[in-house]
Amino acid sequence: MGDGPVEARAFVASIVQFENVGLRYGQGPETLSDVSFSLHAGTFHFLLGPSGAGKTSLLRLLYLSQRPSRGVIRLFGEDMVTSPRGRLPGFRRRIGVVFQDFRLVPHLSARDNIALPLRVAGMPEEDIAEPVGEMLAWVGLTDRADARPPTLSGGEQQRVAIARAVINRPEILVADEPTGNVDPDMAERLLKLFASLNRLGTTVVMATHDHHLLHRVPDARLMRLERGRLADPTGMLRYPPATP
Amino acid sequence: MRRAGVQPLLDDRQGRRAMVWIMAIMIFLTTLSAALGLSTRNAGATLDRQLAARLTVQVIEGDAATRDAETVRLLARLKASADVVRAAEVDRTRLAELLRPWLGEAGLDADLPMPAMIDVDLRSGDDAAVARVEALAKSVGPGIRVDRHATWLAPVRAFVGAIGWTALGLVLVMASATAAVVLLVARAGLDTHRGTIDILHMLGSTDLQIARLFQRRIGQDTLTGGAIGVLAGGLVVAALGERMATLDSQLVDGITLAPLDWAVVAVLPFAFTLLAMLAARVAVLRRLARVL
Repeated sequence: MGDGPVEARAFVASIVQFENVGLRYGQGPETLSDVSFSLHAGTFHFLLGPSGAGKTSLLRLLYLSQRPSRGVIRLFGEDMVTSPRGRLPGFRRRIGVVFQDFRLVPHLSARDNIALPLRVAGMPEEDIAEPVGEMLAWVGLTDRADARPPTLSGGEQQRVAIARAVINRPEILVADEPTGNVDPDMAERLLKLFASLNRLGTTVVMATHDHHLLHRVPDARLMRLERGRLADPTGMLRYPPATP
Repeated sequence: MRRAGVQPLLDDRQGRRAMVWIMAIMIFLTTLSAALGLSTRNAGATLDRQLAARLTVQVIEGDAATRDAETVRLLARLKASADVVRAAEVDRTRLAELLRPWLGEAGLDADLPMPAMIDVDLRSGDDAAVARVEALAKSVGPGIRVDRHATWLAPVRAFVGAIGWTALGLVLVMASATAAVVLLVARAGLDTHRGTIDILHMLGSTDLQIARLFQRRIGQDTLTGGAIGVLAGGLVVAALGERMATLDSQLVDGITLAPLDWAVVAVLPFAFTLLAMLAARVAVLRRLARVL
């Protein structure tokens, strides 16, 4: 009884919970097996592992592009496995996603790509220009606002993608190898953007192969996937969640 | 999600012109079919009006004196009848002229027992009025026969009706074909814009928001094509109407479009636009429901 309030607080602070999650594509073997962890709001996590370990699959589950074959996934305190399909867009708007291949809309300008989440959310047009301008300034692309993605460099495209991912002030930012297609200097600049966002309270989960980046975020926690299973030697990710 | 001055979310540069012209052709053909259906319906109505209340009464009597006497009596009684608007004996010389191709000069022979014929226009073409006229005729002479024009021309009337139904069927076929084209275009569009749609889904777009993008685009194309099609079709129908007016034929007299019919034709692009938007919405929502 005495532990009740502490457990309740921990439950609320835990923004992501995976419990015995398994994922299988078709009739193939499980890509993810018995994955259990919890992430507290406002934390920064690097997701590591060799190619084929299941990092992208885990991130797809996180940004609700896929449902698991088994297990329970809770985001924002809600069960995503049993949640009706029609409710998912509302949850997706609370999650920002950045990809290695940027996934910008090629015929839209940088400005319109960044404005996309606001338009999807139904924000009035007159209210869009200001936050988009702020985002362009934040990622240092004010002078490239009208450029279309094919005319931007890899680093510029990735900054547009990051601006698009965070313009809605998401509670979770999921990044799948965001520095994979940029040079080391740009990779460090992008990481600083993620870290500054994390300081504002956004939970960041970033998959990377770049071990040089791991020490650039002092408070970051490491999640390691191997053959679809999550290694948690420190117990920091254990489920049920530990108190922060 | 579309705002003024903002680039459309779906890249519109490819394939739209083809869609506009396909819709223009579909609605051009639909306009012609609809005009055919409406005008034949009008022709049918005119035929009904003209035939239903018209009779020919034949006084068939071998003895000329008796025939003439019966004809005079019958004419007098018909003119006195409340059901009859007009009764007039067909000129016998003209009858003989009409028969000349078949009978030759014999048709003009006074000894040939030609029946006397009386054209009768009734106030109403209902069966009761016809029955009263038949009873009246029988009371004058047992050999008198009453023929309804509607009975003679029933095959023509049926043919006109069949043309009208065929035209209606064509309109429905064109509407179905339009819906099918839109389904194919929407599905192809979903494949073409798959990348953009995945991004929109990821950003939290609902299926309805995405469906509206396709609806709007297909609606614009259908309306543009529809305007071209209905204009071209209307010009063709108007030109044919002009040609028909110069024929001065009783049979084609009723084959015209009334102002209300033109209004129906003018509504076609809007009706097809709504149909196309609905088809696009259904196609997109069904396809999107298969993905998470």
